[in-house]
Amino acid sequence: MQTHIAKRVEIVIEAPLERRLTEALTAAGVTGYTVLPVLGGSGRSGQWSRDGQVGRAGMVSVVCLIKPKRLDGLLDAIFAVVKKHIGVVSVTDAHVLRAERF
Amino acid sequence: MIEILSLAGANLISPIILSFALGLLAALARSDLTIPEAVAKGMSIYLLFAIGFKGGVAVSAHGIDQTLVLALLAGLVLSFTLPLLAFGLLRVLTGLSAVDAAAVAAHYGSISIVTFVAATSVLQGRMISSEGYMVAVAAVMEAPAILSALWLVARSGGEARMEPGLIRELLLNGSIVLLVGAFFIGAITGEKGFAEISAFIEAPFKGVLCLFLLDMGLIAGRGLRQSRGVLGLGAVGFAIAMPLVSALLGLGVGALIGLSLGGIVLMMVLCASASYIAVPAAMRVALPEANPAIYLTLSLGVTFPFNLTLGIPLYLAIAQAVTGA
Repeated sequence: MQTHIAKRVEIVIEAPLERRLTEALTAAGVTGYTVLPVLGGSGRSGQWSRDGQVGRAGMVSVVCLIKPKRLDGLLDAIFAVVKKHIGVVSVTDAHVLRAERF
Repeated sequence: MIEILSLAGANLISPIILSFALGLLAALARSDLTIPEAVAKGMSIYLLFAIGFKGGVAVSAHGIDQTLVLALLAGLVLSFTLPLLAFGLLRVLTGLSAVDAAAVAAHYGSISIVTFVAATSVLQGRMISSEGYMVAVAAVMEAPAILSALWLVARSGGEARMEPGLIRELLLNGSIVLLVGAFFIGAITGEKGFAEISAFIEAPFKGVLCLFLLDMGLIAGRGLRQSRGVLGLGAVGFAIAMPLVSALLGLGVGALIGLSLGGIVLMMVLCASASYIAVPAAMRVALPEANPAIYLTLSLGVTFPFNLTLGIPLYLAIAQAVTGA
């Protein structure tokens, strides 16, 4: 089947920043994204688990797929939100079936 | 003093406190006991609705007086000023940076609604009535402390992000909307409305509170376990001393504006409690440089259990002694 090259951007960020990030994605022209709960993990601040959180604490993972030519603009928009916060931004190559959707 | 200790002792063997202790010990012992997140959220919605509704019903029964306005105003002023006191104490007692101290201070100017709910439950258990509008005072005291903390950081030369949407988010956070909304529903429907749903919001209340506090105990215990080594003795001392100082301020203000014994105790509890839901989220946005392990452990791991076990009965006994009620 015919596939098309895309970029998959995943941002793991603190839950209180979720709305700001998704607004930045929308402003940068991203037409779709997926927000996933993060159960726990380990990083520079040590181990953590979703179990020990109250309120809007913890982390979320926001995933979006975009055309490669729009990557730089999107990363600038993302970085404006996440630069001072705990989180991870990663970009991977992906293949999508319907290029017009991204 | 003996009376105070006896009251504290009696409070320690209530189902509510023992449930909290069970959660705390289970977490410290690394048990796999957990309350599902959705269940915990459901219980908090129930408790907030019940406490807001009952407050509204009480106001509809007793009417509105000038003390209500004074109590709201007092809550507002206290929430703005308590962080300044906390900041000063932290700078004296600990080596925390200005940003960390301001972030912690914001938590101690704001309130813990669970502590408030536990206090109302203790008062009800002792047949002590209180002003229903203290629920509204609790809502008023949730956000101003954050502004004070940001001012403290700006004054210390630091950078605080006062985003336009932040205050709106705080004022419209789910807990406040539910609490205030339920309060108005209770005030509008009054005793008739209460009679219609009392089987739902009255009888199961303490049982749900027990399970909710079991979960809070688990959370507090996990927080304590994970943050071992993060806090110094000075910081822990602050987390015990600050609620005592704040409670005394609440006592003075409550007595000055003419609150009843129950109202004074609730004002003391509001002043003494520290936020661990709304303010931490706001601090992550406004002061990302502040270390969440410090402010969360102090408010949730030290002050919350202290208030729940020793603080509330202590504040009640002091208020009784001072007012002679």
